[in-house]
Order: sequence, then C-alpha cells, then structure tokens
Amino acid sequence: MSVLVNKNSRIIVQGFTGSEGTFHAGQMIEYGTNVVGGVTPGKGGQEHLGKPVFNTVEEAVKSTGADVSIIFVPPAFAADAIMEAADAGIKVIVCITEGIPTRDMIQVKNYLADRDCRLIGPNCPGVMTAGEAKVGIMPGFIFKPGRIGIVSKSGTLTYEAVDQITKAGLGQSTAIGIGGDPIIGTSTKEAVELLMNDPETDGIIMIGEIGGSMEADAARWIKENGTKPVVGFIAGETAPKGRRMGHAGAIVGGKDDTAAAKKAIMRDCGIYVVDSPAQIGKKMAEVLSTSSK
Amino acid sequence: MNIHEYQAKDILKSYGVSIQEGVVVDDNSKTEEAVKALQQKTGTDWVVVKAQIHAGGRGKGGGVKLAKSMDEAKQRVNDILGMQLITPQTGPEGKKVNKVLIAQDVYYPGNSEPKEYYMSVLLDRGLGKNVIIYTTEGGMDIEEVAEMHPEKIHKEWIDPATGLQPFQARKIAFNLGLSGQAMKEMVSFVTALYKAYENTDSSLFEINPVLKTSDDKIIAVDAKVNLDDNALYRHKNLAELRDESEEDPTEVEAKKHNLNYVKLDGNVGCMVNGAGLAMATMDIIKLSGGDPANFLDVGGTANAETVEAGFRIILQDPNVKAILINIFGGIVRCDRVAQGVVDAYKNIGDVRVPIIVRLQGTNAEEAKKIIDDSGLEVHSAILLQEAADAVKAVLS
Repeated sequence: MSVLVNKNSRIIVQGFTGSEGTFHAGQMIEYGTNVVGGVTPGKGGQEHLGKPVFNTVEEAVKSTGADVSIIFVPPAFAADAIMEAADAGIKVIVCITEGIPTRDMIQVKNYLADRDCRLIGPNCPGVMTAGEAKVGIMPGFIFKPGRIGIVSKSGTLTYEAVDQITKAGLGQSTAIGIGGDPIIGTSTKEAVELLMNDPETDGIIMIGEIGGSMEADAARWIKENGTKPVVGFIAGETAPKGRRMGHAGAIVGGKDDTAAAKKAIMRDCGIYVVDSPAQIGKKMAEVLSTSSK
Repeated sequence: MNIHEYQAKDILKSYGVSIQEGVVVDDNSKTEEAVKALQQKTGTDWVVVKAQIHAGGRGKGGGVKLAKSMDEAKQRVNDILGMQLITPQTGPEGKKVNKVLIAQDVYYPGNSEPKEYYMSVLLDRGLGKNVIIYTTEGGMDIEEVAEMHPEKIHKEWIDPATGLQPFQARKIAFNLGLSGQAMKEMVSFVTALYKAYENTDSSLFEINPVLKTSDDKIIAVDAKVNLDDNALYRHKNLAELRDESEEDPTEVEAKKHNLNYVKLDGNVGCMVNGAGLAMATMDIIKLSGGDPANFLDVGGTANAETVEAGFRIILQDPNVKAILINIFGGIVRCDRVAQGVVDAYKNIGDVRVPIIVRLQGTNAEEAKKIIDDSGLEVHSAILLQEAADAVKAVLS
C-alpha cells in the first residue's frame, strides 16, 4: 500500500520540457515510475521523453486520468502551477521548486484550503515509494523496498537517512520530503499521520530542523496517537539565533524553535531522539529489534 | 534581506504611513544643512541623532542621542558617526556606524501626554496567514513583554482572500485605548502599514515604538523591515537597498559564487550540499569535540569550481583548524566532486589544515580511491560516522 504514491499512480510533470523537468522526469521514468505525460503551456500536442505534452493540466487529466503532479516550474510561476493542478482535480501535488515568494504561498494555501487535494512542498525533494514510484529528485539507487517511513524537511539529509536505513539492513516504504519553506502544503504531523496509518510501515523516521513549531506539533500528536516507534533528529543544534540557515524557514526566532527545545519536546513525547545524524539508521534498527522481542 | 531604519521609513512614507521625519548623513560637514532642512520642514527645535546599523538595541549602546542645539547636534554626529557600536544584537565586536539619521524630536509637549505602543506585521507560519501583533507596552523589548505580560499582547490575523478589513483596524485602535482624532489616525496608520507590508513582499515590519504625539498624531518612530529574499526579483528598487557593508565580507563574496555561507565562531570549517545536511554536519562537528566555523551549502550542483570557491572562502578564516567536506551525491557524481577537491587543493597550493572528505552516494567508492591515491593530506570517508571519527582524530 505505502502512502501518497505507488506503482498505480498516474503522474504528470508540470514544467515537463524545461531542463530540470526533462532531467528529473527522465530519471523518474528510468526508475519505473508511471509518468503518463507532462504540461508545458504552448507545447501541447508534442511528444517529450516518449510521453504526450499538454497545454493545460485540465487537458492532461482528461486524456490521461492523471492523479499526481510534480512541479518543476521556476519560482515566479510555481504558485500558479500549484493552483492549476488543484483546479484540474489532481489529488497529490508535489512541488519541487525552491524560492517561491511567501506572499504567493499564502495565496496558494488559502486556495487549497477547501479543495480535495494534498500539496507536498514546495522546496522539497519529493515523495518516493521504494521500488514503485519516484516522484521527485531523490536518488533512486539508495532506496530498498522495506517498512520504514521517512518524513523530512531537508533533501540531502533525507538521502542520508534513507541510506542509513538501507545499510542497517532495513528498507523504506515511503519517504516524504515535506520541504524547508516557511509555508508548506503538508506539515510534519500530517506526513507522520499518513505513515502511522499505513499498514506497510512499521517504524517512522522524523527529521526536522530549527525554526517553526511543526516538529513539536507532530510530537504531541504522536504522544496521543502513536502506534509505531518514531526515531527523530533535529538539525541545527549549533545554529546561531536569528540567522537563516539556507532554507527560507530555517531560522531560530525564539526560545521554542531551537533544536534543543524541539528535541526535549520530542523526547517527552516518547520519540527516540538521536543527537548525531550518523546514528539515525542504527537507532531505528535497535528500536525495532527491542520492540519485537 | 535587512534594510536600515531610514530606508524602511522611506518605504513607509511612500505608502502613506506617518513617520518621524529625518535626514540621513554620512559626514559631519553635512550636519548643519541637514538640521536646518529638518527644522524648516517640521518646525522641530531639538533633533535626535540615530546610528544606522542593521541591529536593534542601538539606544542601549549609545547610538541614539538627543541634541538641543546645532553645536550639540554636530557633537553627537561626531561622536556616533564612525563609532564601533556595540548592542545586545551586534556581538562583542560591535558594528561600525557609516551613516546617522538626524531625526525630528517627536516627544514635544502639548495637550496630552505622548504615549508609545508596539506594532509588528509578520507571517504566522502555522496558519499560513499574516498577523498584526500589537500592545500598549511600546518602546520595550517585545520578548520581555511576552514574558512579563502575555495578556497585553494582541493579535489580529488577516484573511488572505479579503485582506485587512476596516473593522480590524478599528479594533486595533480601540484595543490600544485610543479615541477621537488619535483613534482615526491609528486606523489610517494600521491600514497604510499593512498595505506597505504586503505590497513590498516583506517578511517583517516591526514598528517600536509607534508614538501618539501630544497633539494626537500617530507616527512610526523606529522601523525594522525584513524583505522576503525570494520576492526581490519583482522589486528591483528594493533589491538595491542592500547595504553590503553591513554584511560579513566573506558572506558577500560567497554570494557571488552562489554559495550559501554563514560565518560562525568555531574552529572546524565545513562544506556540504544541502541546507539540512549542512546543519547536521555542523552538529556532527560539535559532537566530535570541535566547533563549526561556518555554515556552507554549495547547493545541488557541487562541481570543481564551487568546491574551490568554497575552499578559498573557508580558508580566509584564521580560526579554521580543519575542514570537513560532506557531500551526499544523489544527482551529483562523487568521483567528480573528489576530482574537484584534489584540483582545488593543488590550485590553492597552501592548504595548511587537515581536510576530511566524506563522499557518499553515486560512485562513492571511486571517489574515495581518487582521494586516497592523490597523495595529498586528505582523509577520506564514506559513512557519516567515519567522518565524525576523523574529525575527532585530527582535533586531538
């Protein structure tokens, strides 16, 4: 089963013919992902990477039955692309684009509020269900089908966790990169909830970073509703206050969004928190072997 | 992006927000002219000399002074201009003052007592909406107010579909205890302030204090504005307000190479692809007994050029005793990065600190071989734990 995307997902690529879109759609197809077409306004009717190109998402949905979209369009046009996908009835919208203005995302969030769809990202590495569907830019070869779900704000740190899980002799169900911007479509808590309810996931890795309150919210939810072990890590213990650490959302604003504060809340809520990012995979293997005894 | 008080006030004024008027000078020879112009424009007798640096708490560090005569004004400008101003936000080394704002005195006597308030507009990340935060406790540190008197802090959330409504502006004015002309002035003030915030794609407008003058005007006496970097492409005029002299020179140089660099105080430099992994690498350095000397994200396309630029930037810091390069090659091929490291090392020629290179992902084994065979004093690693152990070993 896994969550969000699987081998039956019908995926379109917005920004299909651009350089980013072309490269990553190619990688997705190579992984075996069911890409059914793409959208580039003005290039409808053409064929790209052996798939049909459409002018609008609506047309693409009508002709291909697409239910998932991945967005590679530049920041100035990305908010529009998300709303177009939602309007066309796409159920899972994955936005990779980095650098969308916050004001645009406020509009998007409001637009999506009463629509039946889920946005992942923006500024994220995408969603990947091991062995089934790669809807994003994560390197496919580090994944191995298995039963650990991963939720993370960060790209390469997600890869690090995936790789450690594989090397620990475990494997992944679905890895969800939720994105590092101040406003994102799916929160840590929502992503954790999806995995908690997934019968094919036995354990969850939750990776966060400084800034905002999403990890604390997720931790409190886990305390009340958790049924599976969760291993957590928060990046940025050594980050200074008030400085933006790469991600637009990664900034310590007060005393509640430091790494130390988040980790303390997570520990209180029963999450297995590691201080070293090198111990994520090992810790999960340890926790699973103790809990199965 | 941060801007100066005088720049922020220019923006506010252009949207119809009343401000404490002022003239900015960068040389004391211009003080007399500035004071006269200001007196003519506002009728002010006294003036306030305010240091223009990108940090709060300027008054506490002696960067804001009242002057009651022309001679005093010149003396104050002389004292403040060029000083190394230390405030709670600048760190112990302080910041050099290159410009001062000569501003009108707005605390003049009149029919009523002047009263200070606090107001800011910012994003509520959890709700995905903008919020106006305000309190009657103006002129104080807002974090202190939140601690001591949380009940005195009010919040007004703005619906993205409709924007700020008149009833909300009225509510704010009444909650601040205003009536009559002052209440009307506050409604205009809030309305114009929110418009300025939204139209400039800002991420923070903080007006502390907002002042009700003795003749019932509402004005912004100070202004702290942060602009959304992601939106600067559509505000060319605002992008030009960047003052590079306020930023760390190494950070400015890094930006030119499209590197995301933040200078820190530690002894182990690092170079990483991806912001999250970069922060995690800083944490690893700490756990290994060192302190991170920087945050450096080389982005998704780590190549020989970016690696060399990153190297040069890190090596400018005399505190750096070792460098950890941590690249997780997803799309990027590790063997190419490894070759880039070797080439950069040879190009720079004079690398006197040990280098630990951890390359994982596509072609990691080949990459390790390139490093090991290079004959350079570079330690290679594949697993993150190996890199952590190597850092510990070179530091001890």
